Order: sequence, then structure tokens, then C-alpha cells
Amino acid sequence: MTAAAAQVSAGESSTPRAKDLPTARAHPAGLHATARLTAVHNGRTTTLPLLHSDGPFHLRRLRPRGDRARVCVLGAMSAPLGGDRLALDITAGARTRLEVTTAAATIALRGSTTDPATYDVRLTAGEDASLHWLPRPLISTRGSTLHQTYRVELTATSHLLLREEQLLGRTAEPPGHLSTRLTVRRDGRPVLDQHTVYGAPAPAWDGPAVLGGHRATGQLLLVAPEPVPLPAPVLLGDPERGHCVLAPLADGAALLATAVAPTPARLRVLLDTALAHVRDATSSL
Amino acid sequence: MSRTALLLLADGRFPAGGHAHSGGMEAAVASGCVHDTAGLEAFCRGRLHTAGLTAAGLAAAAATGHDPLALDEAADTRTPAPALRRIARSLGRQLMRAARVTWPGAELDHLARHRPQGAHQPIVLGVTARAAGLSPLDAAHAAAYESVGGPATAAVRLLSLDPFEATSVLARLAGDCDAVAAAAAEAAERVAAEGVTVLPAVSAPLLDITGEQHAARPVRLFAS
Amino acid sequence: MHLDHPLTMPHRYTHSADPERPDGSHRALRIGFGGPVGSGKTATVAALCRTLRDRLSIAVVTNDIYTQEDAAFLRREAVLPPERITAVETGACPHTAIRDDISANLEAVEQLEQDLGPLDLILIESGGDNLTATFSRGLADTQVFVIDVASGDDIPRKGGPGITTADLLVVNKTDLAPYVGADLDTMRADTRRQRGDLPYAFTSLTAPDGIRPVTDWVTERLAAWHAGVPR
Repeated sequence: MTAAAAQVSAGESSTPRAKDLPTARAHPAGLHATARLTAVHNGRTTTLPLLHSDGPFHLRRLRPRGDRARVCVLGAMSAPLGGDRLALDITAGARTRLEVTTAAATIALRGSTTDPATYDVRLTAGEDASLHWLPRPLISTRGSTLHQTYRVELTATSHLLLREEQLLGRTAEPPGHLSTRLTVRRDGRPVLDQHTVYGAPAPAWDGPAVLGGHRATGQLLLVAPEPVPLPAPVLLGDPERGHCVLAPLADGAALLATAVAPTPARLRVLLDTALAHVRDATSSL
Repeated sequence: MSRTALLLLADGRFPAGGHAHSGGMEAAVASGCVHDTAGLEAFCRGRLHTAGLTAAGLAAAAATGHDPLALDEAADTRTPAPALRRIARSLGRQLMRAARVTWPGAELDHLARHRPQGAHQPIVLGVTARAAGLSPLDAAHAAAYESVGGPATAAVRLLSLDPFEATSVLARLAGDCDAVAAAAAEAAERVAAEGVTVLPAVSAPLLDITGEQHAARPVRLFAS
Repeated sequence: MHLDHPLTMPHRYTHSADPERPDGSHRALRIGFGGPVGSGKTATVAALCRTLRDRLSIAVVTNDIYTQEDAAFLRREAVLPPERITAVETGACPHTAIRDDISANLEAVEQLEQDLGPLDLILIESGGDNLTATFSRGLADTQVFVIDVASGDDIPRKGGPGITTADLLVVNKTDLAPYVGADLDTMRADTRRQRGDLPYAFTSLTAPDGIRPVTDWVTERLAAWHAGVPR
């Protein structure tokens, strides 16, 4: 745990803290902020006509990788805190290729109130668009309450690669309460509907049916226009050092890797290995 | 409602194939996660509030008379592990067989005709409850109780646990079962107006991971 | 051959599955094979398959204590093509799967019929259990109980539902009698006393054509099944 936590805090300290970014909370009672990002295809390449930073989200263009435009979300202040209402709206228009990352772990903190914070991530990909959402982990700290939602809207020809990692508590600290609802729809039809709830007062959340004492959990989701051939579910790891399953959803054009691990570092190894299997199974990345 | 019909449906001896399933308990025992009564209780509590709640919501919604095929699709999107989808459909087909003899009716026939390979078990459970004259809350109770009853029975066989201790675990979970059933039935009432997304979709990573591992194991006592 | 009749043994004359398919043809005859662990159920099923597979369309359902072991043996021995052998899990309770809750076995039987087309014979092998385990009439049309000489020559005397009521009792491994000090004459006498006129067969599967008495009985049952004669 220590090594892993060190890795996370190293990630935090490497966060670019530009002098012009606000560091103090303007709204101690709870912040309402919605950052927006839209990518469009100009006939030649993917461009980013809308990068609307707001509240704690500072959006920054990164150098494209090949024909994939890249944006990094920088944390401009501590968030989410209790009472915050945060949203991130990301749209990859038709034929665009877009990757969005975060510069540092997102840390849910208690703040000055025990009110829950909300964090809504809306990911929309148009026809023939390819959207990768690969943020750094979300850390639920003691006393915090965060309700997170992911709403993913895809067309029949969209590609999506989504990774989410959650760390329950910092080193030797119980987590706060973290609830995450993930809904993915393709052409209006649900592909995945999932709700996870960890941390007190959720009953038996770290027991042998749910996390089995592990503190890191995460998923990797691929949705492609065509069925992704995976000869058999991929089983990785072991109960002690963390384990993971990569398998198709009922909609065979989607693969989901689900992992639990004792540390975020082990979690990343498992999800990266799953990603390598995904890359082997499909050319659509 | 007939209270006796509910007892019959929720009885572990109801011949619908449940006896060959451990609800993830065999995998939890194999991975070293459960080895005593305390582990059994933590497992059951976790399963009840995740997969149990989700199943109870689907069963309650089916018992309201909501389109079972739409609910079957909702069950698919709530079951990411293919092994658990396969098991849910196989158990659904087995329950359908028992239900059509026990409480014959047009709604069961309709579902059987449209899902010849089996609908998800909670959906069949809800339609069966309806055929037996039971309420959505009854269906949710049956699903919630089943989500812990199966693992408890399996733990007795797998770990040679004291059966009285295992049963007392279930008794201690009665309040949780009631709360889960009530929450599930409350969500089910809203489905007609708001759609299936209001139904619980709570999942447990380990049940999905170990469920898939169990299916790949060449030697096992229980089918799931 | 059978003295029991519907009034004294009504359960022997009930079927939960219609013997005819919707098109009017007969569905496969389902024969259950029960008996204690190690008595030779799997060997008997394997020998039957080898003898009958050229003239009959056969499938096998196994109920293992540990899934797949018997099925794996039958597949390894290649007594039938692998798609004709299905294993059913029993949750550490093999008699429940063949008697109290037969739904998983019925699923397996019907899936085989659906996948393979019309079959003549489905052999359902129970997991090794005790002397009380019998097949539900909702699952098996007729049943064979297999015991063996090496487990003790007092087993027929002890009786139990399998020994007294099975449609055929097989006393297997007669070749071992001299080595284990079993008295075959006593076993035969006890068997007659327990079963009245119900048939039995003493077999040694190591002998050439040692399965013959069982094969003959199965062939006879199958003919009666097609003629529509109740058991």
C-alpha cells in the first residue's frame, strides 16, 4: 500500500500548478462548475473549437498523438469537496479522434460540510468518432461523500475506450462514501448499467462478495462498432495480488475488464494487461 | 396474496435447480476469502446489498406486470460477466419449467415462448410470483432471500459449517433482506412511469470476477 | 416379467414427460444408472455405448460429484463423440439432482435432443451416492442400479430402494469374487429375495462381451418403449 500511495502522491505533486490558476475556493459552501470540451472534424483532422474550463477543471491541449487530438484536465483547486456540483461534458463529434486524460488523481475530500458532492461525467461520441477517456485514479478520502455518474452516449459506429480507477482511502485511512453509476448507451440502447457503492455506510462493501479487503478497483471498457472477437474470457492475477476478468458484455461489441487489487499500482498492471489483450482482439484502437 | 404461495416459492426445496448453485460461495471459499461463519455473514451481506438488490428490483418489476422482455434486456445490461448471464438464464429456464407446472398461466407461457433458452432468473421469478397471486414486494422478498439462502446452504456443504450457525446468519440478515426488498419494490413501482433505469443496478466486482473464474475451473461442486 | 401393477405401485406408471414428441414419434428412452461410488456405473455406461452406438443414436448425461470427471472419462475413452456427453453439476448432493430437483438434468436431456436431433437412448448416470438414491420418474423412464461384489457380499441383503425397486439390478465385478471372498450364491439368493421377480444381472466387464446381459435388457426395454408398452 505504501509504495502505491507514494506513487499516487507523486502523481499529485507532479500536477502542473500554473501561477495563474486559482488555488483558493471561491465558494466554500459548494461549487457549481461545468467544464465543456467539444471536438469536431474539419475535413482534414480533429480540432477543438470548444475548451471551456470551469471551477476546478482547467482544460489544456496536449500535442496530438498521430491523428488523435489530446486534452488534459488539470485540477485547478481541491475538488470535489462536500456540497460541490461538478460536471465534465465531453463530446467527440463525427469522425473525430480524441483522448482526454487528467493530470493528477482526483481526490474527493470532506471539505467544510458532510454534504455529498456530485461529479457527473458525460461522454458523447458521434458517428465514426473515437473517444478515449483515460483519467488518473479517483481517491475517496475519509469523511468525503461523492456521488459520481458516468453517462456515455454512443452511436452504432462510435468507438469508446474508458478506464476508471478508484482508490478507497489514502494510506492507512478508511475511505469516505463513494457511489458511481455508469450507464453506457449505444444508439439509444443500454449496453451497460452499473452502480457501485463503497465505504461506510454501504454494508459489507469490503467483504468477500464485493472487494475482499482490496482497496483499489477499476474497469476498462471498450465499445466498438463490430463484435470484438475474444475466444474466451481473460482471467488475470490472483486473489492476493489482485485479479481481473476481461469478457464481453451481452452486446458482443463491448468488452469490459473488471479488476480489484491491493494497490493502485497493481490495479494499473492488471488493467494494462487487459488493455493489451483488447488490442490483440481488435484493430479498432 | 397467499402467504403460503410465497413460502412455497422461496423454499429452497422448490425444484428449480437452485441446489446446484452456491451464488459465488464456492469461488469465495476457493480463493480463501470465506472460511468461517463470520466470512459467510460478510459474504451474504455484501451479495444481498449488491446482486441481491439488483435481482430483487428486476423480480419486483416483473411482478408488476411490466414487459418481461424489456426487463430481461435490463438484466443483461446489469450483468457484465458472461458466466453469470449464462447461469441466470439457465436458472431462469429451470424455474420456468417448475413454475409452468405449479402455477400455469398465459404470462409464463408468453415469456417461455419468447425466451426459449431462458430469461434471466429474477424476471422469471417475478412473472412466477405474479402467476401465484403474489405482490411485487413478495417477489422482491423471494429474490432477496434467495440471494443469501443459496450461499449459506452451500457454505454448510463446502466448509462443514455448523448448520445452526449458518441459519442464524440468515436470521441476522432478516432486517437487511426486508430493507432490500422494500427498496426494490419501491423502485419497481416507478418503472411504468420512468423506465427500467430507475431499477437498482448495484454490482460487486468480486462476484463478477470470481464468477468467471469459477466457470473456467475444471473441478467444482457447484455450477456457480 | 413384472408382477407389480399400477394399483400396488402407481408411481411406477407415471411419466412427467410425454413419451411422444409433438410430431407423434417417440422421444428417446431415458435410462437412469444409479449406485454407490466405484461400483462401475461409468464402466457400464461406457460398455453399453460401445456395444450399441453403431445401431442406436445415444447420448449421455453424467452427474458428477466433482463436475466433469465421469464425462471426461467417457470423452477420453471416446465411447461417443464429445457433443453427445453432457455433465450436470450437483452441488455436492447427487441424489437431489436425480430425484428431488431434476430440473438441471431435464435441461441437459432436452438440450441434447435439441442439439443432436432425434435420439433413441439417453443414459443418465447419477453421481456415486448411497443405497437410497433413486431416479425420479419425471426424469428417467426406467432405471438400473449398479452395485459390485467387491464392496461386500452383504449389500443385496441390506436392500434399500435402489436394490429392491430398480428396474434392473446389476451386480458387477463378479470376476473379483474369489479375491475378496464374496459368495456369489449368497448374493444371488439375497437378490432374489429382495427383488421378487424383478430382473437382475451379474456382470464382469473385464470378460469378453461381459456387458451382454445389460445390453439385452436395454434392447428389450427399448422395444417395449417403441411398442408403447408401459415398463
